[in-house]
Amino acid sequence: MFLRNRMTTTALGALAFSLALSLSPARAEDSPDPIKLTLHDWTGQLITTHIMGEVLKKAGNNVQYVQADYLAQFAGLETGDLDVAMEMWETTGREAMDAGIATGKVENFGPTGMQAKEEWWFPEYMKEKCPGLPNWEALKDEKCAEAFSTAETAPKGRYLGGPVTWGGFDDERVEALGLPFEVIHAGTDAALFAELESAYQRQAPILLWIYAPHWAPVKYKGEWVQFPEYTKECYEDPSWGSNPDMTYDCGKPHGEIWKVGWIGVKDKWPKAYEAIKAFKIDNDEMGQMITKVDLDGQTVDAVVAEWMAANEARWSGWIKK
Amino acid sequence: MSAPTLDTGRRAAVSPAPGGRRLSLPWIAALVLFVGFWLFGGAAKWAFDYPKAWQIPAQRWIGGAMKWLVDSASFGLFTFTDLTRFVASVIEVPYRLVLSLLSTGFLSGQGSNAVELFPPLSWIAVIALVTLMGLHAGGRRLALLVFLCFAFLAVFGQWNSAMVTLASILIAAPLGIIGGLLLGIAAYRWPRFEKALTPVLDLMQTIPVFAYLVPILILFGFGPTAAIVATLIYAMPPMTRVTALALRLVPDEYRDLGRMIGCTRRQMTWRVLVPSARDSLMVGVNQVIMLSLNMVIIASMIGAGGLGFDVLAALRRLDIGAGLESGVAIVVLAVALDRLSQAYAVKAGAPHKARASDTFLARHPYTLAAAAVVALTVLAGLALPAVQRYPEALQVSVGGIFSEIIRWINVNFFDALEAFKNAILLNVLVPLKRLLGGLPWLGVAALLAFAGWRLGGLRLAALVGALSFLIAATGQWEKATITVYLCGISVLIASLIGIPIGILSAERERLWRWVRVIIDTLQTLPSFVYLMPVVMLFRVGDFTALIAIVAYSVVPAIRYTVLGLEKVDPRLIEAGRAMGCTRMQILTRIKLKLALPEILLGLNQTIMFALSMLVITALVGTRDLGQEVYIALTKADTGRGLVAGLAVAFIAIIADRLISAGAARARVRLGLA
Repeated sequence: MFLRNRMTTTALGALAFSLALSLSPARAEDSPDPIKLTLHDWTGQLITTHIMGEVLKKAGNNVQYVQADYLAQFAGLETGDLDVAMEMWETTGREAMDAGIATGKVENFGPTGMQAKEEWWFPEYMKEKCPGLPNWEALKDEKCAEAFSTAETAPKGRYLGGPVTWGGFDDERVEALGLPFEVIHAGTDAALFAELESAYQRQAPILLWIYAPHWAPVKYKGEWVQFPEYTKECYEDPSWGSNPDMTYDCGKPHGEIWKVGWIGVKDKWPKAYEAIKAFKIDNDEMGQMITKVDLDGQTVDAVVAEWMAANEARWSGWIKK
Repeated sequence: MSAPTLDTGRRAAVSPAPGGRRLSLPWIAALVLFVGFWLFGGAAKWAFDYPKAWQIPAQRWIGGAMKWLVDSASFGLFTFTDLTRFVASVIEVPYRLVLSLLSTGFLSGQGSNAVELFPPLSWIAVIALVTLMGLHAGGRRLALLVFLCFAFLAVFGQWNSAMVTLASILIAAPLGIIGGLLLGIAAYRWPRFEKALTPVLDLMQTIPVFAYLVPILILFGFGPTAAIVATLIYAMPPMTRVTALALRLVPDEYRDLGRMIGCTRRQMTWRVLVPSARDSLMVGVNQVIMLSLNMVIIASMIGAGGLGFDVLAALRRLDIGAGLESGVAIVVLAVALDRLSQAYAVKAGAPHKARASDTFLARHPYTLAAAAVVALTVLAGLALPAVQRYPEALQVSVGGIFSEIIRWINVNFFDALEAFKNAILLNVLVPLKRLLGGLPWLGVAALLAFAGWRLGGLRLAALVGALSFLIAATGQWEKATITVYLCGISVLIASLIGIPIGILSAERERLWRWVRVIIDTLQTLPSFVYLMPVVMLFRVGDFTALIAIVAYSVVPAIRYTVLGLEKVDPRLIEAGRAMGCTRMQILTRIKLKLALPEILLGLNQTIMFALSMLVITALVGTRDLGQEVYIALTKADTGRGLVAGLAVAFIAIIADRLISAGAARARVRLGLA
């Protein structure tokens, strides 16, 4: 297995070299082996992957879907047991992705076109108790913070952050912006949304980390807190922003959602490789499809088939290139 | 997720440590020293926070060793990875066969280009086959039970996923049983081998799977085979332990008989010892099946798919009802497989009734009936799709009801629950966490070593002291104290609930039957399924984690209490009654005292179960060793994960050895050993 990888790496260099030199469009044919696309446990990713899979099938490729964990899959992508992962979020998967790419066995296939948005979010009914929202400065008000508090955090407000593994610098943000809030970390995103569902049913206070594209901002009425817009300097230069002594005095960055895969894909399925790189879809489309599946109860296959029928011009462009 | 060790019988032979009545004085001295050091030893800061500069760089070492093993370890002709890949491909063959038979059908080609040569067994055929097996092995009642279990899978729309899960269990469980049996026999034959094996088994059972998931994936390839290997690592140890113990407990008369009739060594093992230890061995079989099904969720994360994947996906959508249905499907599968295997074991022991003069038909009615069903359904399936696949229109789902129930409780009772939670959290949990967090590692290690010395002698003291030092020296102390605090309280609560329930059900056959159903469910229902509703009612945090741990670890507390009380010699109770004891006196003076060793073993298992829940509690936001393992997994840092995993294992081993030594002493004092 590793021997083969080493060979492909060398072969790959040679291939890149010859491609750069020659102008002839003739290329090697794709291997008849199945391209293994990974499936994770959230709907958006299932849709993205199935669209890619269907497009590749139209191009005559052999496709196989494999269920895999979002982070554990890198072990498979490095050895070529798995080939393509269609959604690797800048915001949550960066470290694993970098570690994978550093081994030289995983390649970034470029952005999917979707932007991950992550920010503090509150349900609309909280505007009554904290009238200044969605402006972040409203949260500085002690009364407002108290409206979000629980017995454990009182008099401070309670902000439910993502799992520790997501990073996100919320503890730093609270300090830098001088917010009277305590950051509690949920362990998984299932727990995050369980708390939201619970609070929403009771119309109870909650302030938490939400991301999109996802069904939650569609299902529940609410808004993102508006922090000062993220810039790179904000995270790196203390003098930037309202707090002259600290970094992170701004909102969270928007992140690309990347496609990644085994380094050997380029070699083994050159045409499919181009199609995967060409794949593009945007947030609104994805948000609508996720809603159809998670809230309206349609199957992923039906939604994907509908998209395929409506967007033939687009996807046929990906496989022609 | 841990399993009964059942090996304290062996340790009963340990000679009692010095001091029976004189126990109290040295203990008081040690405790006074400890408290004094804790309160006034503040000057020695290094004894409270282990200095960073002295830390053993175990993370780097282990990470490096793993990298070497995966990348360059070689036996000359082939590398270590080649070997493990070969093993994986060997396991893959029967797995593919079973999977084709149950789920995918026999295909030619791969992926989306594959063409179906032969369809999989239809749902009717599978249900008919298992029902026939039930009838064959255990009669009508068992047949009905198995039929209902599998019918549930079809009616509730779980069929396809359940068959994928069943395929991997059908490979993993027999491998685990056979492997465990062989290792157990080897351990029985060669005491030295057993000595080397015991700590390995401890580690296999207590290191959280997440800690070694990444190396396994690289070594065995991403997919169902890696999942099967991970399942084997986790599910095999109880079988090994039970085998070694059961063979040792075979009465000497049997061995003498074997020798008298001139058995060879092999005949002695396979014809005499193994058959006569069958009852105990079946406990091991039960545990292998239960634990394999317990791994379904984690297995689904690494490409095994099936019911575990459905549970995870449903909970990501917050569809609690759907998650519950998939979870119950796992329980149902566990019950059916367990009861079938138990019935076959009983049957294998019964004498054969068949006569040579019977026709082939009369001798093999079940085999023939099964063949007929398969042939008929294959033919009918070609014409009627409903025979091949359970029609979607007839599927039932009651998931919505559960979501409504949770909603109702949430809207009406949240405030009351919240008040209750806050009272416990602020008055008990938080103060205890602070207290434990402030203890000096040096003092705790010394106190534990002292306890080891009093209970089991110098060797135990050295082991316990060294392990607790290692936890501190690898920089895990702070997280370890949170772990101990969370698990400690949970174990206390689980015992306070479990032991009284055990006492009540030991005397009431009917109650016990119901309690057994509940604890079987608690053991196999993925905790993720009930964790999300708990989060809805109690928010994320330590309290939710506490509930999850208690719900899981109360099982052994109940089971072993019942086991212990049932084993009390009825003549002793009769004697007590004759002397005019009241019911209460019989219970407290006779029964509970005699059942103490089993109850202590139950306590030991409660601790093991509690520790094995750590990885799950990390998912509701605790900051303990489980979280550390989880973070390491997300950062693909094998060294970090294994160090934290080893710290969990060390805590488990310390608790296990101390309690075992205590139980051995108790036995000696009560004159049972």
